[in-house]
Amino acid sequence: MSQQPMSRESIEKKPRTRDADTVVASVCPYCAVGCSQLVYVKDRRIIDVEGNPESPINEGTLCPKGAATYRYLVNPNRVTSVRYRAPYSDHWEERPLDWAMDRIAQRIKETRDASFVERTPDGKLANQTTAIATLGGATMDIEENYLIKKLFSGGLGVVSIENQARI
Amino acid sequence: MIDAYKRLMNVEPPPPPKKARGFFTDTSLCIGCKACEVACKQWNQLPADGFAMTGNSYDNTGTLGATTWRHVQFVEQAKANSSRQDQRWLMMSDVCKHCANAACLEACPTGALIRTEFDTVYVQQDICNGCGFCVPACPFGVIDRAPKHGQFEAGTAHKCTLCYDRLKDDMTPACAKSCPTASIQFGDVEELQQRARHRLAELKARGEAKAELYGMPEGKEATEVGQLHAFFLLLDKPQTYNLPEVPRLPRKTMGQRYGWSAAVGLGFALVGALVFGRRQ
Amino acid sequence: MGSNMAENHPVGFRWPMKARERGATIIHVDPRFSRTSAAANLYVPIRSGSDIAFLGGLINYVLSRDLWFHEYVLAYTNASSIINDRYIDAEDNGGVFSGYDPRSGTYDNASWAYAGPPQEAKEDASAHSGHAMEGTSPAKHRPTRDETLQHPRCVFQIVKRHYARYTPEMVEEVCGTPKELFLQVADVLAKNSGRERTSAICYAVGWTQQSYGAQIIRAAGILQLLLGNMGRPGGGIMALRGHASIQGSTDVPTLFDLLPGYLPHPSVIKGDDTLEKYMRESAVRGGYWSNLPKFMVSLLKAWYGDAATKDNEYGYEWIPKLTGDHSHVTTSAAMADGNVKGFIVFGQNPANGSPNAGLQRRALTQLDWLVAVDLYETETAAFWYAAPEGWKPADIKTEVFLLPTAGPAEKDGTFTNTQRLLQFHDKAVDPPGDARSDLWLVYHLGLRLKALYRDSTRPQDQGLRHLTWDYLPERTDPRWRIEDEPSAEAVLKEINGYTVADRKLVADFAALKDDGSTACGVWIYSGVYPEEDKNMARRRVKGDGWVSPEWGFSWPGNRRMLYNRASADPQGNPWSERKKYVWWDAAQRKWTGFDRPDFPETKAPDTAPNSDGAGVDLHSGSDPFTLKADGRGWLFAPSGLKDGPLPTHYEPLESPLRNALYPRQDSPVAKRFPRNDNPISPPGDPQYPYIVTTYRVTEQYTSGVMSRWVGWLSELMPEMFAEISPELAAEKGIANMDWIVVATARSQIECRALVTGRMRPFRHNGGMIHEIGLPYHWGYKGLVTGAMANDLVPLSEEPNVYIQEDKAFTCNIRKGRLR
Repeated sequence: MSQQPMSRESIEKKPRTRDADTVVASVCPYCAVGCSQLVYVKDRRIIDVEGNPESPINEGTLCPKGAATYRYLVNPNRVTSVRYRAPYSDHWEERPLDWAMDRIAQRIKETRDASFVERTPDGKLANQTTAIATLGGATMDIEENYLIKKLFSGGLGVVSIENQARI
Repeated sequence: MIDAYKRLMNVEPPPPPKKARGFFTDTSLCIGCKACEVACKQWNQLPADGFAMTGNSYDNTGTLGATTWRHVQFVEQAKANSSRQDQRWLMMSDVCKHCANAACLEACPTGALIRTEFDTVYVQQDICNGCGFCVPACPFGVIDRAPKHGQFEAGTAHKCTLCYDRLKDDMTPACAKSCPTASIQFGDVEELQQRARHRLAELKARGEAKAELYGMPEGKEATEVGQLHAFFLLLDKPQTYNLPEVPRLPRKTMGQRYGWSAAVGLGFALVGALVFGRRQ
Repeated sequence: MGSNMAENHPVGFRWPMKARERGATIIHVDPRFSRTSAAANLYVPIRSGSDIAFLGGLINYVLSRDLWFHEYVLAYTNASSIINDRYIDAEDNGGVFSGYDPRSGTYDNASWAYAGPPQEAKEDASAHSGHAMEGTSPAKHRPTRDETLQHPRCVFQIVKRHYARYTPEMVEEVCGTPKELFLQVADVLAKNSGRERTSAICYAVGWTQQSYGAQIIRAAGILQLLLGNMGRPGGGIMALRGHASIQGSTDVPTLFDLLPGYLPHPSVIKGDDTLEKYMRESAVRGGYWSNLPKFMVSLLKAWYGDAATKDNEYGYEWIPKLTGDHSHVTTSAAMADGNVKGFIVFGQNPANGSPNAGLQRRALTQLDWLVAVDLYETETAAFWYAAPEGWKPADIKTEVFLLPTAGPAEKDGTFTNTQRLLQFHDKAVDPPGDARSDLWLVYHLGLRLKALYRDSTRPQDQGLRHLTWDYLPERTDPRWRIEDEPSAEAVLKEINGYTVADRKLVADFAALKDDGSTACGVWIYSGVYPEEDKNMARRRVKGDGWVSPEWGFSWPGNRRMLYNRASADPQGNPWSERKKYVWWDAAQRKWTGFDRPDFPETKAPDTAPNSDGAGVDLHSGSDPFTLKADGRGWLFAPSGLKDGPLPTHYEPLESPLRNALYPRQDSPVAKRFPRNDNPISPPGDPQYPYIVTTYRVTEQYTSGVMSRWVGWLSELMPEMFAEISPELAAEKGIANMDWIVVATARSQIECRALVTGRMRPFRHNGGMIHEIGLPYHWGYKGLVTGAMANDLVPLSEEPNVYIQEDKAFTCNIRKGRLR
């Protein structure tokens, strides 16, 4: 092997993960295999996402989607503020998060109060509304699913609480 | 910015050599998932380069290029009758071969293309002047010049670096690390060659009559380019995977070309410095 | 079967590939020659929709050639149990079982019960619960057994008769699978099962998305029980689920018919208006489900805290009661009819991801308000201006909120993977801008709603008022910009459960009580957080062996394999040294092994059943299936399924073929949605002569929200296409990459033709049946867009689990474009 002189940039080349401030263990957001990932963070930004070699499931490997997790998270196309479309409007408006949360709570209350059924026509206890439905949860944490079920079922009486598992 | 003066100032002696590193890509284990392609783009932060379907099986990548350093090929095989006898779907993750006698390196007039301490072939982006001589020199069509509008300086040459940055910290290259089925194996070339010979014998014993290694020192494909530091176990003839039976070096004309390229390269660089220098 | 594992679970497929290299045989039975087929030792073509015929053929092969695992089957299954004399098999009744009511299109399963004395408690509680059927609907009667298996009404003989006509020739006719290939599969399976060897079956939505999906899985269960492959290492039936925590969202769940941990959801129809009635309906004397009251009361305590008292039945009345089918498909139809006013969608995309997507989009126009929560702008969020229908926004009343949310690396939380493994992921960075975790969104929405109802005295609002809702951490974490993020660990602790008096975390669900002294959010997860600062889901120790019990936490009780007592013989010894997993340690007088035994730890193998007892005491020391009332694996299901005690071949709701086995064409109890916007083609409809199936490819992900905004993935599969065989292409004059139109009774779409020998026609009665394949990843938002395969799919429901049939329906194709 004969080597030529090198540029300083080549001499100084190093993996960007060397300077990471933290390395955080995560789980791939795509399929249900549950591959463990390592998320490298520098200056509060994600700089790399790779397979975790310690995991007995994936042993450091990832599929193309798992390998693309970095771009799923760090992506200029992400929505980062609330978009609101008023009835009959032809455009999105940017709105503050607090405003949207208040408004959504109001709308849930209105719909619930207008549609709540305490008893069926033949007098049986129902305590439900079928005018509100929720869908989703399969790419979310169990803690999030738990709060959805608790709030919407146990709190509000919504019965159509569903997710991708039904599909 | 291409700048001949800066380029000359930057040159330093190379680090001491280490064991030769490379890839053994065992296509008998490939499931065509393309994790290697994405992991490579992720680590090297290469852009997506086109959203067009080719119609060629599941290969919408097409070729290796300036911003695509791994390319999974798909070859559909079946006897032409309805019973689909001997149906196979061959998959192979192609990559720069990191040849022992690298034509690209020999064609490079500027010293941008170098052999690293890991015996891999590497393009130094701060030196490459975009002359493009390496491109036709490569018998595999691997190295490519950056397109006009992209994240790289237009015209500069790019290809797999064998994750030169990662090698410095003893990390596995991104493609090999991600590969879920160990089709892409990374390691010391000599050890990988041993493993490959053993693997070939194993497959032959299992009845894989067409299996062969490509890029071993003893193979005829090494006649001119030498052993490939990224070599393959194939399940069919090299041509099936668009690999040349005997990759050729453009050696005969090389002395001549080298002189020309040095001159032209310098000329390009100076013109470049004048033309583009103002833009910055 | 029913899975394209190499493409859809590539890293999971790492392990079959390793096994293949060590000599295992991978068989792929699938309509398409996919990347899984390419990696398999044996590819076996099968016409979409005919899985039960194929599996029934295997069952028949094993039974008729006496290849079943005698000792295992006799001891561990209900083969010897005798069924009562009112039972009529589908074989003797044109493909329909006894108890069928053609008017309602439902079964009364009374005639499927075991002969023998009735149990004390009523036990068929799952009128609305597909997922709960396992646990809460065991046999109504204790079985009488014939250990010689000769009784004509014993399960073994019934099963044998039921499948006698599922011969290799019949498999060839129904499935289009060459007989020799079928026999090769049967031979490999039989030879790789027994004391020394085991075989595993993997499936995915290729099975579940059929109008008899649960029965296909049941058929695999029968086969695996006969071969002795359940509860043993290298055996089993693996559900390869498709989303990071879809198992979690099933367990916890966000499903209408279940409460957390597979407790049946109270229902008006079942008359569950009081807790007492609910308990009576749901209670089970035999098996582990006898503990249901403890789990239910602990759940109510977790939700309603101090307001849940014995006097108010722990707040039971505040739990809504079902009044029918509230599943996603049924709700979509109701929404299209204007009966749903508000819709909240968390990370989901029905506008192109749900069946009859055109109807789904129209349904969104009928809403008063829609909240879409996602990282990207989805087709669902954008329906009002971007749908292909070209509606004028000025005509659409729906008020739409698109809330930006966080990815997993931007929040703490737990995913449950396809192996029931809980893995905690740590927050690495704050989400960008106003994006918030779904936990934040639901928690703060809850706070606002509680404030709105704070002063209400109406009974209907008291549940919300009393809902325990205290998840903010004591101190904010200085690392993060978002200061009011609820603590995922606080929620996980509630899920784990605690004693009410001192809020001390419980060690396990065995500690739960039905007297209100314990609270537990999801009983099956109990043990995940057994002590303060001991989050078992956050453990990341790989360990030396191959079981890795210290990586994450597997429910229940960190057991990695369910029913693993069956890995030992009835006497408690491993069936063989190679297949050793859990066994009885006679010296220590306890069960031990590589995994936590899924069996009472000190119950000796020779323990006799205690017929005066309850729960697992009713089982002997050699009854491994502890959740079942009789402790046995069910070849025949005396209850729990709505569409028959034995899997039976029917044609899909749409099929070009007549049922070759029975006069009954299709599932007698699958739910159709006969509406103008959801027509279903009749059998053999010449307008739609081809079978079509839908699927994913490796490079994209479901409706595309998580992949079509990612350039690196989009470039790998940039356009919508249909895979068609060269034979069909020649018939239709279609060349590779031509534009074609795919039409069904619902809709039509245009896309490229990918002509490939990997698709093939199936021989049938001397003719050919063509099948085409459609990936369903595209839509009208994202870096790459394209036609939506789900526009073509009908609304329908499998009767147990309410899943639509999109793996087999009918279409026509032509060369050209829509316009």
